[in-house]
Amino acid sequence: MNFALHRRATVLLAVLAAALVALPWVADNYLISVATLILFLAYTGQAWNVMMGFAGQLSLGHSLYVGVGAYVAGGLFFHFGLGPWAGLWIAILVCMLLGAAIGFLAFRFGISGVYFALLTIAFAEFTRIGFDHIPWTGGPGGLFLKVAQRDQVDLLHFRGPPAMYYYSMLVLAAGALALCAAMLRSRAGYYWQAIREDEEAAQALGINTFRWKMLAVIVSSAMTAVSGVFFAFYYNNLFPEQIFHISRSIEIILGPIIGGVGTLFGPILGAALLTVLSDGITELLAAFGWEIPGIKQVFYGVVLLGVVMFLPNGIWPPIARRLGIGR
Amino acid sequence: MPIDLIVNVVIAGVLTGLVYGLMALGLSVIFGVVRVVNFAHGEMMTIAMYAAVMLFAMLKLDPFLAIVPVAAAFFVLGYLLQRALINPFITRPEHSQFMLLVAVAIVLVNGMLMIFGPDARNVQTDYQLDSFAIGPILIDAARLYAAATALVTTALLFLFFRYTLTGKAIRACADNYLGAKVVGLNIRHLYGLTFGLGAICVAVAGCAMSILLEVTPQLGPVYTLLAFVIVIVGGLGSMGGALLGGVLIGVSEALAGLFIAPSAKSMVSFGLLILVLLFRPQGLLGRKS
Repeated sequence: MNFALHRRATVLLAVLAAALVALPWVADNYLISVATLILFLAYTGQAWNVMMGFAGQLSLGHSLYVGVGAYVAGGLFFHFGLGPWAGLWIAILVCMLLGAAIGFLAFRFGISGVYFALLTIAFAEFTRIGFDHIPWTGGPGGLFLKVAQRDQVDLLHFRGPPAMYYYSMLVLAAGALALCAAMLRSRAGYYWQAIREDEEAAQALGINTFRWKMLAVIVSSAMTAVSGVFFAFYYNNLFPEQIFHISRSIEIILGPIIGGVGTLFGPILGAALLTVLSDGITELLAAFGWEIPGIKQVFYGVVLLGVVMFLPNGIWPPIARRLGIGR
Repeated sequence: MPIDLIVNVVIAGVLTGLVYGLMALGLSVIFGVVRVVNFAHGEMMTIAMYAAVMLFAMLKLDPFLAIVPVAAAFFVLGYLLQRALINPFITRPEHSQFMLLVAVAIVLVNGMLMIFGPDARNVQTDYQLDSFAIGPILIDAARLYAAATALVTTALLFLFFRYTLTGKAIRACADNYLGAKVVGLNIRHLYGLTFGLGAICVAVAGCAMSILLEVTPQLGPVYTLLAFVIVIVGGLGSMGGALLGGVLIGVSEALAGLFIAPSAKSMVSFGLLILVLLFRPQGLLGRKS
């Protein structure tokens, strides 16, 4: 990437950042909630992308880490009054251990590709049904965190108006973008990409593929744990049926796949497009008065079909080429 | 717990498991040849169940007779789905194939929701409450017929792959893609046929299942996961493995429902899947690749 291209990318990024920072001054609460959701999905998609986009390990069970992160922090707060900031670190630790355990078992036994993907689904589903039967988590009836007053910013207890959650998610998403950009250019990033392209060749070059794949899983699960903690204190109610469900895993990975797997900006663009598409279809159908259950998802599915068929590498790579910037 | 209750539950599990096995066999055949994991498998199964229910409601056609038209329609649709949608994806990475079939599954499951609504539907035949008694053991007649149908279909499919020229050609594609191409096999056509055959398995299993269970659109994703569990446990690409996996999962679900809680039954299946993946990743009857 030469200097002129680099500068253009920097300018575009600065404009986007300024617009995102200014958003709460012009937007109402509904728009802020939509933007928060977009950033949430962008951040989580970025975390997933570390495993799949960088290291080539397809996880279809990332709802596991969102759910466990949410339940650890939420449960500690609910039962012991432990604040979100302490709970955050415990949630990260638990998810890292969980990711390490799954990665260790899978990579030790040489499970890869479709089998690895199905193993991640199995762990997520196993945990979902398990949590339905654990009294500590509230079971299928759910776990409800106390909702305090919402007009004052109380960072210590992570309570406040919608704009506070929006800015927290913005910081997280920007941090994840910076972290991923740095990782891609680090030794780990190059090793991951070598493993993604051809694992046997990477091994032949002397890369300890087991160790670097483990690192990818651990980084990804730790990052995803943070979105789980955010989820717990943003929505304040947790149900195993919702948070661990495979449809949530799919929701997480749709953004990066639609945006462009392995790119830095793809997860963000994909999350934004899909959320706007989903809300846009809802509004459009309401305007026409077509409110049949299921019709929204049919439209959504058809658009997805079109994108995967005609833009196999995602939406971001052709746009990046048009704008003349990398990744 | 009385022993005859346990025996009854196990027998019911085996019989249901054979129908599960036939459904999973479709997934296994498609993956074994086309190397694409059909993430819309359970949704297709649910459509077959709805087809049987609708044929019964409108024409009073017995679900076992409905197998013939439903299977024929599924064969054609499966063939077209492979040729039109999936074929361009067979050389693309797995996550791309996954996305395609997830999109298909989303359209199918919500299309059913639009057409049929969220309420459960069923068929009511006069033999559904019949049972055969062998001493203290009771066997549901409908369940027995469904299992027998599944076994016959599996046997026919086995004979097709073993003895017909087309069946051998399909196996050749699965064994050696390049070799099959070199000897001049029309691979795109054969892949279409394979997907059609997989769809027939689903169609027959769906018609048989419509007698045993009420159908709702939400069954789709449940059956997709169930089919994955069964084929991995039995061994992807192995025909006997799919049936064995189906029976194992059917029995373990039935016993978990009896001893733990009905809501925990699929947890046992997923636990079994994790154990098999870790200790025998090729599946119980699968060959090491």
